[in-house]
Amino acid sequence: MAIKIKQLTHIYNEGTPFEKVALHDVNLHIKDGSFLGIIGHTGSGKSTLIQMFNGLLKPTRGEVYVKGINIHEDGVDKKHIRQSVGLVFQYPEYQLFEMTVYDDVAYGPKNLGLEGDALKERIESSLKAVGLDEEFWQKSPFELSGGQKRRVAIAGVLAMNPDILILDEPTAGLDPKGREELFSQLKEMHETRHLTIVLISHSMEDVARYVEELIVLYRGEIAFKGDTREVFKHRERLEEIGLGVPQIRHIMDALKEKGMLVDTDVLTVEEAASKLIACLEKEVNNA
Amino acid sequence: MIRDITIGQYYPINSPVHKLDPRTKILLTFAYIIALFFVDTVWGYLGVFLALALAIKVSKVPVKYMLKGLKSIVVILLFTVVLNVFFTTGEHTIVDWGFIRITWEGIFFALEMGTRLILLIVGSSLLTLTTSPIQLTDGIESLLMPFTKIHVPAHEIAMMMSISLRFIPILLEETDKIMKAQTARGADFESGNIMQRAKAMIPIMVPLFISAFRRAEDLAMAMEARCYQGGAGRTRMNKLEYHKGDFLAFGFGVLYIVMCIVL
Repeated sequence: MAIKIKQLTHIYNEGTPFEKVALHDVNLHIKDGSFLGIIGHTGSGKSTLIQMFNGLLKPTRGEVYVKGINIHEDGVDKKHIRQSVGLVFQYPEYQLFEMTVYDDVAYGPKNLGLEGDALKERIESSLKAVGLDEEFWQKSPFELSGGQKRRVAIAGVLAMNPDILILDEPTAGLDPKGREELFSQLKEMHETRHLTIVLISHSMEDVARYVEELIVLYRGEIAFKGDTREVFKHRERLEEIGLGVPQIRHIMDALKEKGMLVDTDVLTVEEAASKLIACLEKEVNNA
Repeated sequence: MIRDITIGQYYPINSPVHKLDPRTKILLTFAYIIALFFVDTVWGYLGVFLALALAIKVSKVPVKYMLKGLKSIVVILLFTVVLNVFFTTGEHTIVDWGFIRITWEGIFFALEMGTRLILLIVGSSLLTLTTSPIQLTDGIESLLMPFTKIHVPAHEIAMMMSISLRFIPILLEETDKIMKAQTARGADFESGNIMQRAKAMIPIMVPLFISAFRRAEDLAMAMEARCYQGGAGRTRMNKLEYHKGDFLAFGFGVLYIVMCIVL
């Protein structure tokens, strides 16, 4: 069990007029090696929840376990927790500060006390993992394009060598090519390094394509959790709470309404295409 | 963590003090501060304290919330008090180690400075706690208007103030965010000696400056896109008017000044 959350409630500014309940009685298990997505309307508590995972926020009530350790117990080394749970914030490129890409990625592992060859190896492997070639390493991060900056920032977290990687909308503001590349790199890391990945996203298409399990947050509570395919079956309820289903589902639902005997349980365009072909072949055979 | 700083933050509730015209509150705050510097007896300070307590009570801002703002300046406060204890000369020496001399006068003077500073800060933070930044700048602009005759750029000053005030919470939030991001990368801001701590600030300061410049540029662009060209010919949506409460408040203000002079 990578992360376990028990009866967690978080209230911001408790006891002032700005008081806001961000999370209410959330229970959650994240298994080792899973690729989990979190979706929810703006203000549903997603960002608060992920800050619980590495102890950046202390819950008002409830417990957080990372690999079986209660992280808010006395004597727990927070640095150790933050090493094993890597957190990439929204627009992480705004945290870059060093003179060169290389030095910026070095910041995290240096804080963990790494030196010499081990440090070098870490930096180079994480820069390669996000697809940044050697030609960029000695450049200033501020000279790079938005997508490249984003990758430097993600490499900076990867260099901590986390077992669990959490990303808050990692593709926000990236162009389609950048999104595609970033997602395929994440998927590869998930498969080859057995990295547990937790992903916040506002794109139902991205979530449907890459994520294996899904959590839906609504007003600080978990509305749905489970297999991605199962969760997307609740189209009506998802639309009620300001979310939705992948666009391809709309087409399939519309076709079914027009009388086509097609299976609407699809997540991606490719899947829809093969279901459609199967359906059309059947009709041809029947005719 | 950093959000605990309450100086300059508007506290949105409904109270007679909140309803006052911003000009009334600005003028009274000025009167309060100036009069505070004329006070030099224990009775005088007691009077100022009671006046302030009354104003806070009427404003309905929780005392706990006001005092939270003091926490962030405790260091400056202690520094001032300690310096005054050591560097005030006087006749009644208590301790004399050659290079360090503590006198009764020094202790009294230090205590007086400390009290004055606390009264000053709590009093002026009452203004920002009960007046929204927009109201505040409207008030300042209106009060500065007579001075435009001698080429004081009243509108520009007010606009700069309102922008800076508006940016305080934004930059605080930004700092909080960057701190969290660096903490997630194993940064440690709480341990180490002064040099180490100062060095640990670099990963916060650099991104913060960059984002402040970016924001400033964006804001200038957005203002120009909406045809902002300075104050000339600009009309206002909310005209400021004095009401009954304001005259009452001025009455109290006069009483306060008289008290400060008498005591």
